[in-house]
Amino acid sequence: MSTPAIALKNITKTFGQIVANKNINLSVDAGEIVALLGENGSGKTTLMNMISGIYFPDEGQIFINGEEVVIKSPKDAFKHGIGMIHQHFKLVELFSAAENVALGLQEKGKYDIRQVSAKVREITERYGFDIDPEKKIYEMSVSEKQTVEIIKVLYRGANILILDEPTAVLTPQETQKLFAVLRKMKQDGKSIIIITHKLHEVLAISDNVAVLRKGQYIGTVKTSDTNESQLTEMMVGKKIDLNIERSEPELSTDRLIVRGVDITNHDGVKVLDDVSFTAKSGEILGIAGIAGSGQKELLEAIAGLQKLDGGEIGYVNPATGVEEDLRNKTPMQIRELGVRLSFVPEDRLGMGLVGNMDIIDNMMLRSYKKGKSVFVERKGPRELADKVISDLEVVTPGPTTPVRRLSGGNVQKVLVGREIASAPTVLMAAYPVRGLDINSSYAIYNLLNDQKKNGVAVIFVGEDLDVLIELCDRILVLCAGRVTGILDGRTADKSEIGMLMTKQTGGKNDGKTE
Amino acid sequence: MPAIVTKIIAFLAAAVVQGIPLIYGSTGEIITEKSGHLNLGIPGIMYMGGISGIIGGYLYEHFSPAPIGIVAVLISLVSSLLGSALLALIYSFLTVTLRANQNVTGLSLTIFGVGVGNFFGGSLLKFFGESGSIYLATTSAAYRTTIPFLSKIPVVGTLFFSYGFLAYLAVVIALLASRFLNKTRAGLSLRAVGESPATADAAGVNVTAYKYLATLIGGMIAGLGGLYFVMDATGGGWTNGGFGDKGWLAIAIVIFALWKPKNSIFCSFIFGGLYILCVYIPGLSAPMKEVIKMMPYVVTVAVLIFISIRNKRENLPPASLGVSYFREER
Repeated sequence: MSTPAIALKNITKTFGQIVANKNINLSVDAGEIVALLGENGSGKTTLMNMISGIYFPDEGQIFINGEEVVIKSPKDAFKHGIGMIHQHFKLVELFSAAENVALGLQEKGKYDIRQVSAKVREITERYGFDIDPEKKIYEMSVSEKQTVEIIKVLYRGANILILDEPTAVLTPQETQKLFAVLRKMKQDGKSIIIITHKLHEVLAISDNVAVLRKGQYIGTVKTSDTNESQLTEMMVGKKIDLNIERSEPELSTDRLIVRGVDITNHDGVKVLDDVSFTAKSGEILGIAGIAGSGQKELLEAIAGLQKLDGGEIGYVNPATGVEEDLRNKTPMQIRELGVRLSFVPEDRLGMGLVGNMDIIDNMMLRSYKKGKSVFVERKGPRELADKVISDLEVVTPGPTTPVRRLSGGNVQKVLVGREIASAPTVLMAAYPVRGLDINSSYAIYNLLNDQKKNGVAVIFVGEDLDVLIELCDRILVLCAGRVTGILDGRTADKSEIGMLMTKQTGGKNDGKTE
Repeated sequence: MPAIVTKIIAFLAAAVVQGIPLIYGSTGEIITEKSGHLNLGIPGIMYMGGISGIIGGYLYEHFSPAPIGIVAVLISLVSSLLGSALLALIYSFLTVTLRANQNVTGLSLTIFGVGVGNFFGGSLLKFFGESGSIYLATTSAAYRTTIPFLSKIPVVGTLFFSYGFLAYLAVVIALLASRFLNKTRAGLSLRAVGESPATADAAGVNVTAYKYLATLIGGMIAGLGGLYFVMDATGGGWTNGGFGDKGWLAIAIVIFALWKPKNSIFCSFIFGGLYILCVYIPGLSAPMKEVIKMMPYVVTVAVLIFISIRNKRENLPPASLGVSYFREER
């Protein structure tokens, strides 16, 4: 057996009382792709941060090519050829790709951006990237930005690459492209560790899978010898049903009718172009699309937060059966009708929750106008906070903890929990499972399903196409502000959705590079 | 030569003299802002640079039996730099290390700097038992030395060669700053710090060091503007409030120049001209004079409106301007 490119022996890391990593063993050979699998809080990121020099292990050893090394800082990690591609890009938006690559480099000789560009082009050609070194980051798509991150690491001569959830923001086609690049790097003898929640991707790309659970190392299995349910069992510790239940919609009636909606943003760009659809009660309508295709504007338009340039939005009141026009109503009036928006933006707190306020106060954001006294009523929100915490298993020291201090998944539970508690008739959930692990994701899916059964018209904006296909009754595909298709969730096919998602932007079908 | 031509030449030369302190001030502020720090203390720092130079020069002339020009220049130059560096250091300690609000810190330093300037300007002589007002003959003469012969050429000499060395240094510094920001590794890092400190940090750039150095060097450059004004433009004396609100004008120029030191040279001359235009237009009523004096600020507002409409990313202020950086914040 050859010496592994990187090997971890009995790595332990504790933060105060909490053991984040305990006796972890992991080894990656040159020219091998290892998937690191585990739920949120299982210690994946902590482990990777120790390899990339952000944390220092309490116990254990790290070997690079058989030699024991000490990695105290990101600089040390660079020196040993380790490069990490973080989930949140660390790029200066105003700089070109080449300038971002050059930032922080301690190269000898005169600083010449053209030389950097030339070297970037060399790497691009070698691995089949598609990027212009002179292009500014703010003009790039998410996938291009990710490419810049990878080039940055390769430029610094990394032989061991760590990718933290690289596919979370990509379309299926872009994911295929990324995987093609990873395979090329693998042929080139690089070692790759990829962190992901998506099991089918693990099976598609990796040679071996290492599983962590609650900071413990569970084991490594050969990808060719395993399957989704075995991996889930290793990860969660018990068998769980991976099928999302999908009941047949009952007594479905039209609830929300969107007709020919146009929205132009303040830069003069048309973000929604002639969007029409109907959301029915007792049904989950999925919205698929590349990030920034108009999902946010569409939901905001329904919630009354966006001005329409054209078209209309009708709401069929379930009590009277009369269609009401939402265009002339204030957001508050729309809320009164039972239309609820729970938008989970990229930073999770941006809309809907106030980070510095505790859970009770955040519950109060929806009810502070109730009651006749000049003082706000705290009893109701307190009960609601307790209920959300116990029903959704929110991990928090108590209801008076500032939301900012909770982990991402728990923040999302608080947000979704609050919106559901108000007995909506239309529930719009945007990216409610973003970054959540399997258990929390399924808890959210169940919540949405419960709402559906209660006759709520659920609109679910999602990223994971597999989930959209399994959960939704119908799937609307947005591409650059246009509806490119409305498919039946029971018969829809992933590549079909992927095609619709990119219908207008590229036109070229370079998704299948395998 | 017709009188009108003479007058125009005199106006242009005066515009340059008014513009030089603005070049120093705006270049210093641009370098500071590129690190993500909006230093509203620049007007105070410019006063400080002026009065510190005066104090250094005065002490030398007071205690030396036969003051020599070049020594006087060196002493006042160093004391001026130290004075403005001190204020800039207070600013960076408060805003970088203690992460205090940048606007409040800057404004209070301006009030402080103006106060220190006027205090010493008015009472320096009294400490040494003299009376009258400050006049640094030797030091100022040395600062005002022009290039022989060249300055005597008619028109061209007046326009281009009638100034002391600090005037030319201002242009050189602005050009160097431009080159530094765009053509060097350190400049790239500094811009990254102002745009996205977290990114710079992750790339191994010492964010704190860059912020300190940029604020410090920026402050010292701005302070030279005050020094030029007292030593060259007004001839080695101090009038309370004489420097006026040029410091604020310098900050306005940063916007007008779109955060590019190269542009700030030209912009400073324009603003300098607008600043004194009212003196050179004959027969202006007092209210009209005030209207003309408003011009630089009106232009700044217009530029702000224009760049907001254009919304071009390259013309916007550094993305993290005014935001304190704390690595562990989530």
